[in-house]
Amino acid sequence: MSTTKTIQVVVVGNGMTGYKFCEKLVARSEEGSKIGITVFGEEPRVAYDRVHLSAYFDGKSAEDLELAPASWYQERGITLYLSDPVVAIDRTARQVRSHHGVVVNYDYLVLATGSGAFVPTIPGVDKEGVFVYRTIEDLDLIQAHARTARKGGVLGGGLLGLEAAKALLDLGLQQTHVIEFASRLMPRQIDEAGSDILKEQLQQLGLHMHLSKSTREITGEKKIDGLLFDDNQRLDLDMLVISAGIRPRDELAKAAGLATHPRGGIVVNESLQTSDPAIFAIGECALVHQMIYGLVAPGYEMAEVVAAQLTGKTKEFKPFDMSTKLKLIGVDVASFGDPFLSEPACRTIRYENKAKGIYKRMNLSTDGKYLLGGILVGDASQYNMLLQTYKNAILLPPNPEDLMLGSRGGEAEEAGAGVLSLPDDALICSCEGITKGMICEQVETHGQTSVEALKKSIKACTGCGGCTPMVKDLIHAVMKKQGIYVRNLICEHFDYTRQELLDLVKLNDLRTYNSVLDHFGKGDGCEVCKPLVASVLASAWNENVLANNLAPVQDSNDRFLANIQKGGTYSVVPRIPGGEITPEKLIVIGEVAQKYGLYTKITGGQRIDLFGAHVGDLPAIWETLIAAGFESGHAYGKALRTVKSCVGSTWCRFGVQDSVSFAIEIENRYKGIRSPHKLKSAVSGCIRECAEAQSKDFGIIATEKGWNLYVCGNGGSKPQHAQLLATDVDKEMCVRLIDRFLMFYIKTADPLTRTATWLNKMEGGMAYLKSVVVDDALGIAASLEADMQKLIDVYRCEWKEVVETPELRRHFSHFVNAPAEKDPTVGFDELRGQKKAKEWAVS
Amino acid sequence: MELLLDIPEKITWHMACHVADVPEDGGVCALIEGRQIAIFNFSRRGKWYATDNQCPHRQQMALSRGLIGSQHDEPKVACPFHKKTFSLESGKCLTDEAYKIQTFPVRVKDNRVFIGI
Repeated sequence: MSTTKTIQVVVVGNGMTGYKFCEKLVARSEEGSKIGITVFGEEPRVAYDRVHLSAYFDGKSAEDLELAPASWYQERGITLYLSDPVVAIDRTARQVRSHHGVVVNYDYLVLATGSGAFVPTIPGVDKEGVFVYRTIEDLDLIQAHARTARKGGVLGGGLLGLEAAKALLDLGLQQTHVIEFASRLMPRQIDEAGSDILKEQLQQLGLHMHLSKSTREITGEKKIDGLLFDDNQRLDLDMLVISAGIRPRDELAKAAGLATHPRGGIVVNESLQTSDPAIFAIGECALVHQMIYGLVAPGYEMAEVVAAQLTGKTKEFKPFDMSTKLKLIGVDVASFGDPFLSEPACRTIRYENKAKGIYKRMNLSTDGKYLLGGILVGDASQYNMLLQTYKNAILLPPNPEDLMLGSRGGEAEEAGAGVLSLPDDALICSCEGITKGMICEQVETHGQTSVEALKKSIKACTGCGGCTPMVKDLIHAVMKKQGIYVRNLICEHFDYTRQELLDLVKLNDLRTYNSVLDHFGKGDGCEVCKPLVASVLASAWNENVLANNLAPVQDSNDRFLANIQKGGTYSVVPRIPGGEITPEKLIVIGEVAQKYGLYTKITGGQRIDLFGAHVGDLPAIWETLIAAGFESGHAYGKALRTVKSCVGSTWCRFGVQDSVSFAIEIENRYKGIRSPHKLKSAVSGCIRECAEAQSKDFGIIATEKGWNLYVCGNGGSKPQHAQLLATDVDKEMCVRLIDRFLMFYIKTADPLTRTATWLNKMEGGMAYLKSVVVDDALGIAASLEADMQKLIDVYRCEWKEVVETPELRRHFSHFVNAPAEKDPTVGFDELRGQKKAKEWAVS
Repeated sequence: MELLLDIPEKITWHMACHVADVPEDGGVCALIEGRQIAIFNFSRRGKWYATDNQCPHRQQMALSRGLIGSQHDEPKVACPFHKKTFSLESGKCLTDEAYKIQTFPVRVKDNRVFIGI
């Protein structure tokens, strides 16, 4: 096809695949060949993102969903007819005729007519209030009808059906039902057990599920009023969206005498040619390898195959991997390879965690060496690695379950080494066809060391974005292999690490955010560096976090010295050191909660949280609490939270030391000190460890001879036991070791890094930490202790200062021009005799 | 497309507060004709901005309590709830294209801040 004559290509259909074909053909013809393109579309709009159709109810406009504006076609010389479907093909004259009578000659014709909704033959499908879910026009109709509807249903629990259900949820219907004929959801992607977990999760989000339901009739006079099932049960509905599958649009091809399949689809060979070699079919209208590929990625690949052939290359459409990963109404669902293989054709590994809503399944070859397929529901974070392992037939490790569960304990993280073990031709970004080798080359020889840079240089991660985590891992792994030191820079405004900035702040005696930004940063700051610098300033000087114009720099909790909660109210946590409290003080808390209508709850840290306070009430609430002898509990700050204690030797018949007294002493010593992340502590009075000190950032356990000090424990999502730092030390030594430990952490940790993670990343680990803190290997122990003492000496309760300082106090109001008025949008619901925050809008 | 600015028929200016009521490089919320408007004193640039107080993500009245700053040259505010960030110039969400907020013109005269609606 190296002729200079212009080749005329006509594309029938302007959907996602039709558009992608134009894009690919234009990209290739820019390399030299001359091609004229004419596109006919049936819909009134240019091609849009049908995959994310439900985003239309989520605030996206039709324009937002466009794949490219009309001008895109114009600028590339493409003639585009919209609202004008092709109605006839004259194969002898090589001509098409449109609905409006436009006649165009073609050298090649590409059918990208896509598919329509499959509507089963149930009596009543023509009633008012019954819709299909396919085009933006469908959505407009659904939206208009939903205004007066309360109960909506979706017929079909497959991928599209659940998308449609999300759309109904977004429209705010009181009830949304999903009705599925099969015994499970997403029957093409996941198995029974996976469906059970998914169903559970979706029900929690407010969907009503009806499985194994065969619909006999859609009832109602003119308008739908419900469904009648074969088991004679009924479901009342005001509207129904049918999403029971797709039907390839092959009527035009059939009329033109092209071969079609009895059950739908234009039959094509591996070159995607129909029975007429000048006519191609791509996307959901094409039947290739005996199947319809109902996903967008294979459609795009088909577009590529035909575009290549029309520009003189040879390319065939190979069986396409149908692995998918998606987020359905917030729940991860993925399947890859053959998810349904079962014994004895394979060996399966299953993991199910009903409490967390997670189900995972791996199908292994019978010799246990290769991965053949699998399913992930609820947590698909290992999808990319599993997909690569399957696609590239990588030999499985001795404990293949690690691949889907992640490495549990033991040696440090797996990810880095994992990605490097992939072969160079492993496809990482399937949207853009980018392999591991291409990414590594960009990182190694072209210095493209960020996802942003790779997006620009090779378009990696620009499609669906699903490969981004893996691309990041690759970048890190390659850099690490090259021995490049990865500095954790703060953000675009500061080319420093947190640790460097802390030193610079101290050396230069800087006390305000603006002075730090002027000296060491650029631009105007952001939500990342502002709280970080504020924390660094607090760790350096321990001055009131609202003084020195720092209030607008603090993250929302520190700005109002309270924890912002759902709905915009705040919670109040007075300090109760060691969890010890007098009846008189308890009564004051009760009175305050009563007066301001606050929800009260005992926290995990042995204190009392009061929820639902309006911002304007905070100073008055604290005034009362402070008058009764309370202080700020710093529940809102990256600071010491509580030192939990068991009752110890004063009462307990097993206790060997007075753990409560020590806990109070410790809590009062470190209260108010700002650190890279929150700090929790506990003191147990004997080896039974009732205070759970080994799950804390620093925990103390009494022994017969003194105290054992444990550090770097963590509860939360990745629990980790604290490790023993010192044995049988006396109180004074214990405190000195904690001083050193905390100050070393404050000085060297990355932002928002708990002590456990800090230790995990530390070169040399616990042995090194011990050598610094206990053996003073760096000779800094004395200065760490002195620095800590300085912070302790200047402690003042910040709430007391606010209450007593009118200038600070006046900022605690919702409306600047109506300080006495409360936010009228704040609302509460009732629960067990108390209030709870109003549920927020689901997006 | 960007040039088709929506120019409202007429703007009414409402006095919202005094300059000193708004912290430097911070924000406050004003109640104007029943509507919650977030006002920002971007003093590093010597500019004022006003937007909806409601973050469209979870419909929380919180943007005035958000941190302001810049992304490259674009002035922005981050919602305190889930850190969606919005351009103070255009109202576009910079972290999630699905969202947008309305912006309003601001005038400062005699130490008083006026919002145009």
